[in-house]
Amino acid sequence: MTEGIKDRVAIVGMGCTKFGERWDVSGLDMMVEACYEAYEDAGLEPKDIQAAWLGTVASFNTGQPAAEALKLDYIPITRVENACATATDAFRNACYAVAAGIYDIVLAVGVEKLKDSGFAGLATGVQSGSGVEPPSPPPVQFALAATSYFHKYGLSYDEGKRVLGQIAVKNHHNGALHPKAHLRREITLEQVLKAPMIAWPLGLFDCCGVSDGASAAIITTPENARKMRDDYVLVKGLGVAVGGRQGMLRDDYDFVHFPENLAAARQAYDEAGITNPRQEIDLAVVHDCFTITELIIYEDMGFSSRGKAKEDVESGVFTLEGDLPVNPDGGLKCFGHPIGASGLRMIYEIYKQIQGKAPGPPERQLKKADIGLTHNLGGRPGSFTCSVAIFGRRD
Amino acid sequence: MTGIKSYGAYVPKYRLGKETAGWGFPAEKAVANFDEDSITMAVAAGMDCLRGIDRSQVDGILYATTTSPYVEKQGAALIAAALDLRRDITSADVTDVLRAGTTALKMAMDAVQAGTASNILVIASDCRMATPKGGLDRAMGDGAVALLIAKDGVAAEVEADYHITDHMLDVWRSSDESTVRSWEDRFVIEEGILRVIPEAVSAFMAKNNLAPKDFQKAAYHSSDARRHAALAKMMGFEAAQVQDPLYDQMGNTGAAFPLMLLVAALEEAKTGDRIMVAGYGDGCDVYSIKAGEGIDKLRQGHRGVKKHVEAKRVLETYDEYLRWRGLMTVAGVRRPTASGPSASALWRETDRVIQMYGSKCRKCGYVQFPPQRVCVECHAKDEMDNVRLSDKPATVATYAMDYLSGTTDVPLVIAVINFKGGGRMLSMMTDRETGELSVGMPVEMSFRKIRSAGGIHNYYWKSTPVRA
Repeated sequence: MTEGIKDRVAIVGMGCTKFGERWDVSGLDMMVEACYEAYEDAGLEPKDIQAAWLGTVASFNTGQPAAEALKLDYIPITRVENACATATDAFRNACYAVAAGIYDIVLAVGVEKLKDSGFAGLATGVQSGSGVEPPSPPPVQFALAATSYFHKYGLSYDEGKRVLGQIAVKNHHNGALHPKAHLRREITLEQVLKAPMIAWPLGLFDCCGVSDGASAAIITTPENARKMRDDYVLVKGLGVAVGGRQGMLRDDYDFVHFPENLAAARQAYDEAGITNPRQEIDLAVVHDCFTITELIIYEDMGFSSRGKAKEDVESGVFTLEGDLPVNPDGGLKCFGHPIGASGLRMIYEIYKQIQGKAPGPPERQLKKADIGLTHNLGGRPGSFTCSVAIFGRRD
Repeated sequence: MTGIKSYGAYVPKYRLGKETAGWGFPAEKAVANFDEDSITMAVAAGMDCLRGIDRSQVDGILYATTTSPYVEKQGAALIAAALDLRRDITSADVTDVLRAGTTALKMAMDAVQAGTASNILVIASDCRMATPKGGLDRAMGDGAVALLIAKDGVAAEVEADYHITDHMLDVWRSSDESTVRSWEDRFVIEEGILRVIPEAVSAFMAKNNLAPKDFQKAAYHSSDARRHAALAKMMGFEAAQVQDPLYDQMGNTGAAFPLMLLVAALEEAKTGDRIMVAGYGDGCDVYSIKAGEGIDKLRQGHRGVKKHVEAKRVLETYDEYLRWRGLMTVAGVRRPTASGPSASALWRETDRVIQMYGSKCRKCGYVQFPPQRVCVECHAKDEMDNVRLSDKPATVATYAMDYLSGTTDVPLVIAVINFKGGGRMLSMMTDRETGELSVGMPVEMSFRKIRSAGGIHNYYWKSTPVRA
């Protein structure tokens, strides 16, 4: 009989760099910035770390850059890559090592240095092999979902754009309040609707930032955690689901819900014992790489019923003041998206909110923050890596 | 009786015409899209010709062109793969002269008559370039034609033929140049077409006891409309006998031209009608072709020349055409440079990239593209049969328009399409107007050039709105 992860590991320290166009620092520098904040937060020394997991999609290979940056001399370090779920998967593997009783104190760090590529978007799309696959960078892939969603639920282009636009306006509002966010300015729905087209029907403000950044977590057992601090945060559930291009191989894949989301949420909810996510989850930080993604996530995570996310958006359910704030830190849209760091940045927000220490002005701190969810989605509709993690206040 | 068992043609959708800003000529000419070339048009004409025909019957292919994308590397083999022909067939490129199309017809006829092959597919396709806005540019168009030459079940008989070989430099292109050259007009016309074509036609008539009055239509090469009319007079044809050379709708399509005019004539021919065909270039090939009983039936199910000429869109600016031909570079979106494809990966993936096979599970019947070893539906291993998807109709499941990918036709339309009978593909859509896009719209497949890099011309299938 397997045991789940619920209440078997705790986060005792976290760090997160300022996200943004960090022209003046390297990926190694950012690891130092994030990890030393985490050490300080946990009240630990670097020598206390027994093993580490480094999440990065494209900035580094192997675990060695973490050893080099942090001078973690001759301990086990594993580099993890799993698309946009990279940091959460690094965190997950770190949690399992502690839960297995192999180590007492471990580090998970995620980092990405995207802004050295010389390109405004992601510098992907250069193909190897036969090179015949259509060039379809992320905006195109998620535009396919937007077109399909509008069609399936009978939204005109204008109606659809307005719903998506409200998600961008919300995330900009939230991001403007967070001192570490990349894009810190409010926008209006009018601006969203008039913005240049990127991949129809998605315009500029439907797309998240491309940023540099790093974030880190220190994980230990609840027994250790109790000795270290009163406000440690417990891991309640960890789910990962990996797709295998079913969406391109199966002609019934509909582009309006993502099976990987459902499977990862199911795993995490089962572990955490959550049966009514809309009621039981207090806040969520989700993978809003595009506004349409956040809309679909509302439904796939069980926050909204199928086809009804529009109503919840319009009634403000997901705002800071709403019943279920989503992306209170601005999300990928405004906090930014250094791919290999994003999952841990999300956990950072949940961790700080549960502790009652949300960075920034007081209105950022949510009144009720006992159970939080993070969600990452990497890849493209039809073939995702999805991670869902649930966190809770200490017992 | 040796003759034409089936025909097909292809004329690209786009035209330069009087509405095209910067073109400056009243006549329309057909121009290949940026992702088309003589190979892709050859495949399109071949598909039109083979509609309703069991492709495994074809036991030879000849590709006639002056514009093969490779100097060393056969075009016919690539076209044969795209058309999903058998492996045990003969193939050749017939190249380097405008007469290549009619010469390939002779080679196919001879093989069929000799009994060394039963069905030979002759495809002539050309996509020539001339210096912008000169007389040659004005007269040239792009197009392709395909004829299935056979002994049995033919709808039009090739009754007689005659050939002249005559070396001269009137129109030519060196292997290191991209545009066609010609000598002084008066020499090219007086000592070229106006001397050689009438000489060949009159010798052909004398040899076969035929006279111009015996022909309902004459389909022949000329450099331009004016000389085409002059030639009719010199050969003794009345205006009503002259097959419309389409100079003001399509242009001179090079090696494909006389055979395209033949197909246009067959599209309107009645049983018993006789058509004279003459191809020109370093000599002349002359044929008499007589429509038989099956001509009405053959007309059905092929788009041929007429439908393709009618289904068109005139370009708004000549600049767009210049960009398509790489004659004008414009600033694009800053994106990483694509490297050349891997020749070994292309070879390995011929089944999916060129033949466009999906696989159908023998256990559960699920169709999936590209071919899989383990079934996505029932997980059976290695229980797959190939199914060709290139000729299956499809509908758009969803689509997006990419404004930043830096392709030649912004926005790049990416469409997820579902094939009738199963199978899905993430496709680029070409020859599309953005206003016509919708979920559920019917599309069909078209073989196109994706890009050229590292000296490799990379081809793949794209979706297009249904042409006609």
